[in-house]
Amino acid sequence: MGGDAPGLRVDTVRALRDAGITALLAFGLFLPLVGFQTVTDVRNDLILVTRWPLLLAVVAVVGIGRLAYSLAVEPWLRQRALLPATPAPAWRVQAGKWFLPFAIGFVVAYPAIVLATAGFGRAVKWIDNFGIQVLIYVMLGWGLNIVVGLAGLLDLGYVAFYAVGAYSYALLAKTFGFSFWILLPLAGVLASFWGILLGFPVLRLRGDYLAIVTLAFGEIIRIVLINWVDLTNGYAGITGIPRPTFFGIPFNAEDDGFAAVFGLEFSPIYRTIFLYYLILALALLTAFVTVRLRRLPVGRAWEALREDEIACRSLGINTTNTKLTAFAMGAMFAGFAGSFFAARQGFISPDSFTFLESATILSIVVLGGMGSQIGVAIAAIAMIGGTEIMRELDFLKLIFGSTFDPTQYRMLLFGFAMVLIMIWRPRGLISTREPSVVLKERKIIGADLVKEGHG
Amino acid sequence: MAAADDIILRVEHLTMRFGWLVAVDDLSFTARQGDITALIGPNGAGKTTVFNCITGFYRPSEGRIALRHGDAIAWEWLEPLTNGGERSVKRPAGALYLLERMPEYLVTQQARVARTFQNIRLFPGMTVLENLLVAQHNRLMLASGYTLFGVLGFPSYAAAERAAIERAKAWLDRVDLTARADDAAGDLPYGAQRRLEIARAMCTEPVLLCLDEPAAGLNPRESAELNELLLAIRDQQRISILLIEHDMSVVMEISDHVVVLDYGVKIADGAPAAIRDNPKVIAAYLGVPDKDVANVEAEVGL
Ligand SMILES: Nc1ncnc2c1ncn2[C@@H]1O[C@H](COP(=O)(O)OP(=O)(O)OP(=O)(O)O)[C@@H](O)[C@H]1O
Ligand SMILES: [Mg+2]
Repeated sequence: MGGDAPGLRVDTVRALRDAGITALLAFGLFLPLVGFQTVTDVRNDLILVTRWPLLLAVVAVVGIGRLAYSLAVEPWLRQRALLPATPAPAWRVQAGKWFLPFAIGFVVAYPAIVLATAGFGRAVKWIDNFGIQVLIYVMLGWGLNIVVGLAGLLDLGYVAFYAVGAYSYALLAKTFGFSFWILLPLAGVLASFWGILLGFPVLRLRGDYLAIVTLAFGEIIRIVLINWVDLTNGYAGITGIPRPTFFGIPFNAEDDGFAAVFGLEFSPIYRTIFLYYLILALALLTAFVTVRLRRLPVGRAWEALREDEIACRSLGINTTNTKLTAFAMGAMFAGFAGSFFAARQGFISPDSFTFLESATILSIVVLGGMGSQIGVAIAAIAMIGGTEIMRELDFLKLIFGSTFDPTQYRMLLFGFAMVLIMIWRPRGLISTREPSVVLKERKIIGADLVKEGHG
Repeated sequence: MAAADDIILRVEHLTMRFGWLVAVDDLSFTARQGDITALIGPNGAGKTTVFNCITGFYRPSEGRIALRHGDAIAWEWLEPLTNGGERSVKRPAGALYLLERMPEYLVTQQARVARTFQNIRLFPGMTVLENLLVAQHNRLMLASGYTLFGVLGFPSYAAAERAAIERAKAWLDRVDLTARADDAAGDLPYGAQRRLEIARAMCTEPVLLCLDEPAAGLNPRESAELNELLLAIRDQQRISILLIEHDMSVVMEISDHVVVLDYGVKIADGAPAAIRDNPKVIAAYLGVPDKDVANVEAEVGL
């Protein structure tokens, strides 16, 4: 490429000017935010401290960053836009083929890997906080993906069904002593029943209106859980929820406990590993069923509904039923996840089912790319796993001094990452669509053609 | 007036009001089995509104829309059906449907009326083949045991899906889209999208096909191919077609019967040749105000 082709020439003067303007703006913006600080002195008076070096550093970083962008990144981007689109290199195609088996192999082997690397003591933390936590959100993301990604119905109250599943398990297990394996499907059925119940009034709504009503529904469920103290014990939540057993063998230190029966030394790790494989199985079930459904008439009708509802109706599709099945299916998987959550925690309260939770699950779906299973899984790992890992930011203390509290910056970094990803990939990590049926050749459908649904 | 024994669709005193606007005013006409019936008229005449009433997207303010399957005897059931509260009567000899009583999806699913849209409505992010499979939703849904057999992987569903793909392939061949079966529908050129929309409507296996300006935006060659396709659908499948069309040459060439609307009112109804020479139609198309129609009539010597 000729460096002095008119479109590609780097305009140093303009770059400097832009950098100057940006630095000036940064100065104006950060002067009150960073330049001044109020502190209380020994006599408890409020005094103003100036932090010129820090302000200067921030402004310099912004200005130099802008300069680098103009001089290096922009020309590179322009040059890349001029090049003809190259087909994916062979190694990438190969990697794509091996990705799925490798990923499944990894998650199956994960507890063993953790045990081998982190040792018995720390393994519980890594399997539980990291593995199980991520898998719950992968499953919730996949469940919501049916409603939002496939059927194109924006649901902001998904956590309600998670709550229904959790409370169903907690209450029925405590009151009647039913086992986890009976209550798991029952929780799914109850949640999908509520899904249909929510579905009816919102069927005629679209877009923003649908989003608002589903949001309200999520709040209603939470507020009922808070206020129906007789049943749910309100804010205090439900404690002592029976834990799942290994097909009848409890995970405890008794003589008939898991460790004793299998001749092992008692350790909480066995339960954790069991829970890990349980949620892994549930998540894989969700994925399997969704993949299957996509290739069935009902799944195609969901996608058609997302693409064009009027056209669906003109083809004799009962869109009411189609939407209701999408709500019911999505809710069912949330119900499964909810009952697992209750069984894993042993304690639930309305605090676990706030709007923030719905928002997190929705972000996972949006970030992953609506409709894409792998995208959603990656997004869940990045978002949930990422926030968990950021708890371990202790090394930052070495840089910023021991008073620095890294966990406070968790959400900030997280927000930054999210904005960056959405700039880089506005339609999510994997935004292309895979056809559900092929006549001759499988062609991936570009994101620009796939609709996002209208509500 | 056509003999009652080959009438398939009867529109009687159809009126559609939007607030104060009367989009269709007391319209009556019939369409015969195996005919191409054209519905023409200037912009805003109410043609699409008539389609929306027939296909159940609008509930007419007044009037009756009846469709017959099978034996002509069915028309005798029309009065009892209208007086009773039912949507349809079904007997071994045939069936009769009151379309204005049915929601749009049942008009397609049970009365088997299919339609296309003036502004093409495909599923742009789905492949051409998928578009044609969505059109066979109800049959496949039944075969998949309302999803249950399908999820469990019963072979009966696999066979039904193969049959659906065969049907789709047959239609792809007829509209010359086989080579693009695995492309996204939104990637097709305009003319191909029009053809795909017709093929998709045909995959619902209709008895009456309603096409809203299928030739709009087509070049002359595509338009000629479309005419051939429509004639073939009429002659080979014996499917009745209701056609909205602006292009008079298309109308004259392929239609058996023409109904002309102007400001929601029927101003003419008859064979294409007679319509072409009808002064009221000429006046409507030239945009002459109503009161001058008499003058125009005088000019053309009527
Ligand atoms: N849903 C609606 N609400 C209000 N007015 C409507 C509605 N649908 C149609 N109309 C009005 O009814 C009249 C007839 O419209 P229609 O679309 O049926 O005309 P058309 O004959 O199909 O015209 P064109 O040739 O432009 O497609 C127009 O004045 C239109 O504005
Ligand atoms: Mg129209």
